[in-house]
Amino acid sequence: MIVAEQKPLNEIKSMLKGCKKVLAVGCGTCVTVCFAGGKQEVGILSASLRMSTDLDGEAVNIDETMVQRQCEKEYNAPLEADLEQYDAILSLGCGVGVQSLAQQFPGKRILPALNTKFMGYPAEHGVWEERCQGCGNCVLHITGGICPVSRCPKSLFNGPCGGSQSGICEVDEETECAWHRICENQLNLGLFDEMMEIQPAKDWSSARDGGHRRIVREDVRIPHDGKA
Amino acid sequence: MNTMKFPAFTMPENSYRLPIAERCDSNLARVLASGQFVVTGEIGPPKGYDPEVVRSKARLLLGCVDAANVTDNQAAVVRMSSIAAGQIMMEEGLEPIIQMTCRDRNRLAMQADLLGAYALGMRNLLCLSGDHQSCGNHPGAKNVHDIDSMQFLRMMKEMRDENRFQCGEEIQGGGPRFLIGGAANPFADPAEWRPYRLAKKAIAGADFVQTQLVYDMQRFREYMKRVVDMGVAEQLKIIVGVGPLKSAGMARVMRDRIPGMSVPDAIIDRMAGAVEGIDTDNKHERAAAWQAEGIKICIEQVLEIREIEGVVGVHIMGIEWEEVIRPIAQGAGLLPRPIIEA
Amino acid sequence: MSATEKTFAPQIVAFCCRHCAYSAADLAGSARMSYSPSIKIVEMPCTGRANVVEILHALEKGADGVAVAGCLPGTCHYIKGNTLAKHRIDHVTELLKTIGLEQQRARMINVSAAMGAQFVAEFTNFVDTIKTLGPSPLSGETSNTRVGSQS
Repeated sequence: MIVAEQKPLNEIKSMLKGCKKVLAVGCGTCVTVCFAGGKQEVGILSASLRMSTDLDGEAVNIDETMVQRQCEKEYNAPLEADLEQYDAILSLGCGVGVQSLAQQFPGKRILPALNTKFMGYPAEHGVWEERCQGCGNCVLHITGGICPVSRCPKSLFNGPCGGSQSGICEVDEETECAWHRICENQLNLGLFDEMMEIQPAKDWSSARDGGHRRIVREDVRIPHDGKA
Repeated sequence: MNTMKFPAFTMPENSYRLPIAERCDSNLARVLASGQFVVTGEIGPPKGYDPEVVRSKARLLLGCVDAANVTDNQAAVVRMSSIAAGQIMMEEGLEPIIQMTCRDRNRLAMQADLLGAYALGMRNLLCLSGDHQSCGNHPGAKNVHDIDSMQFLRMMKEMRDENRFQCGEEIQGGGPRFLIGGAANPFADPAEWRPYRLAKKAIAGADFVQTQLVYDMQRFREYMKRVVDMGVAEQLKIIVGVGPLKSAGMARVMRDRIPGMSVPDAIIDRMAGAVEGIDTDNKHERAAAWQAEGIKICIEQVLEIREIEGVVGVHIMGIEWEEVIRPIAQGAGLLPRPIIEA
Repeated sequence: MSATEKTFAPQIVAFCCRHCAYSAADLAGSARMSYSPSIKIVEMPCTGRANVVEILHALEKGADGVAVAGCLPGTCHYIKGNTLAKHRIDHVTELLKTIGLEQQRARMINVSAAMGAQFVAEFTNFVDTIKTLGPSPLSGETSNTRVGSQS
C-alpha cells in the first residue's frame, strides 16, 4: 500500500500563514492504514494546529472532515458545496489525493500535510518498509520474490556488492542486504542458473525515467455513445 | 545467519578469448601477458583542482609500479575526476588505471567519458559499483546506478570486442580497446558467494580484478583455492590488494568497523608491540615505529601472496601515503619493474 | 507564594479508570480527605479508552492540566490498557512540545483502588505543578481571573 508520514508540525504551520479558516481532509484508505491521515490523525493534527497557531497569536480555524478515498473524484465531490468559506484545504491524503483535490477544485489552494514515501509492507504494527518503486518491469520471479530495485540502495541486478556484511547493507546497520536474502531464496528455489546469468542492463524507460506514465485499458473503458 | 549451500560450478569454456596482449596495448596488459608478477599502485586525486598534487604523487610511484589506479569519488567524497587526474599522470609518464563507479554516471555519460579517456590515451579501466553516497559528503545526491558493475563489465567487453555501444549501434572506427578490470572483496558476505561472484565477473568480461586489502592470509588462501578449483584463475588475472597499517589503532578500526575487512589478531598484536618501550608522549617516534612495522608486515604479506596459486600480482595501496609504495615494492624484491616493448 | 498564586485554582480534567483510580477517588471522598475541587473526573472503563484526540481537546478547550489515572503497572483489569495509556500520554507530551505548551500539563498517574491517600497525594502534586506553570495560555485566563476556593 502507499505509505506516508506526516510533515513536521512547524512545516505545516508555515504553510498555513495567511489563512484564517482551513478544512482538513483525511482519507479512509492507505493513509488510514498507515496512521498518517485517518480520522484520528486528522483530529490530532487539527487540534495541534489550532492550539499552536492560537499560542502564536495567529489563530487558524480548522474544520475536520474525511473522505473514503481522496484519489477518486466521486468521493471528493460532496466537499464542493462548502468550500467557499475556506482559505485552503489541508489534505492528509497521499500525493495522489492532494493532486486529485487540486485538479477537482482549481482555484483552491491544497496544502499537503503528508510526505508520501513509498509503496510498502506493514512489517509489524507501527512499522512499514519499502517494497516497490513501480519500476514498471517486475523481475521478482528471477530474484526469489525480493525486489532488487527498491530494496537494494544501488539497485544491483547481479548479486551483492562488496559492502554486504553478515546479511546487512553497508548503508545502514538496520537495513538487511537484499541481495543476501535474494541469494538464499534463489538457492532454496533452485534458481542457481538465474543467479549466475549476467542479468542485462535494465530498461528504465518503463520507470519514472521514461517520462510521465499512463495506463489505458481499452477493454475496460466505457465506450462513448457518439454524442459530444 | 545460515551458511548458504551453493552447487558445484566450473567456469564455462570461453570460446572467444583473445590473448591478453591482443585485447589491449597498455603496459599493464603487456606485463600481465609476459607472465611476470605484476605490481600496481594507487593515487587518490585531490579534493580540489591543483594538478601539482597529482603530479607529485605520480612522481612517487614512477618506476615502482606497472600502472597505478586513480580513484573515482572514492567513499562518495567529491575529488578531481579520475579521467582528468589520469591525464595528468600520463603527462608524468605513469600509466593510469582509471576507475569509474556506477553511482555517479548513467550509461550515456559512462560511454562518452570512456571514449574521451581512450582518445586521451588511457587504456586500463576498473569498473566499480561505488560506495553509497550516504557515506560521503553529498548524501542528498541522487544516486544513478543506471547499470551495475557486472553490466558495466559486459558493456565494456561488447564495446571492445564487438564494436558496439550498449544500445547495439556500431561504434564508428571500432570500439575502445580497454583492459577491463573489476574489484573483488574476498571477505564480504555471503562468504560462500564470493568465488561465484568472481566467476561471474570473468564471464561478464573482466580481464583482471584487484581485490580489497587482504590481511588474513588463512582466509584468503581458502578463497583462492575455491577460485582456482572453479577454473576462474585461468580466465581472469587476479591481483591482490595489500597495504601497510599506520598504527595499532588503525588496525583495530579496520577489524572492527570496516565491513568486509578481516584483520587477524596476530597482526594487531604485532602493531601494538611495535611501540613497546616508547614513551606514549613521544608521538613522533611511536608513529615511526608503527609505520616501520606496518611496512614490514606488508612486505612479508607480498612475499607470501606471491606464492599462492592463481595470483598474478599485487596492488599496493597507501591511503594518503603514496610514499610507502616504493619501499614496499623495493623490500619485496619487485624492483626494477620490467620494461616491455610494445 | 504570592497572593495571586494562592487563588489560582487549576482546572484539571482527570480521565480515571473505573476499577482503580475512580475507586480510589471514592475512597478518598469517604475518608473525607480533601483535594482540589476543580479536578473534573471523567470516568471510563479503562485508561486504555483515553485517546490522544480527547486529551488534546481538553487542553484546547482550556484545561490547565490533563491527567490520565489508572491501575498500577501490571495490574490493569484489561491486561494492558494502562500501558497503552502511558504510551499515549508520552506521545501527548511530545506533541505539546511542538505545539508550544508546557509538557508538564499532561501526566499519567497510577494508583490502586485501595490507595485513597495516594490518589490525593498524586493529584495534589499535579495541581501544585500546574500552579507553578500558571493558567494554560489557551484558557484565556490569567492567575487573577482563574480563581476558585482554596485548595
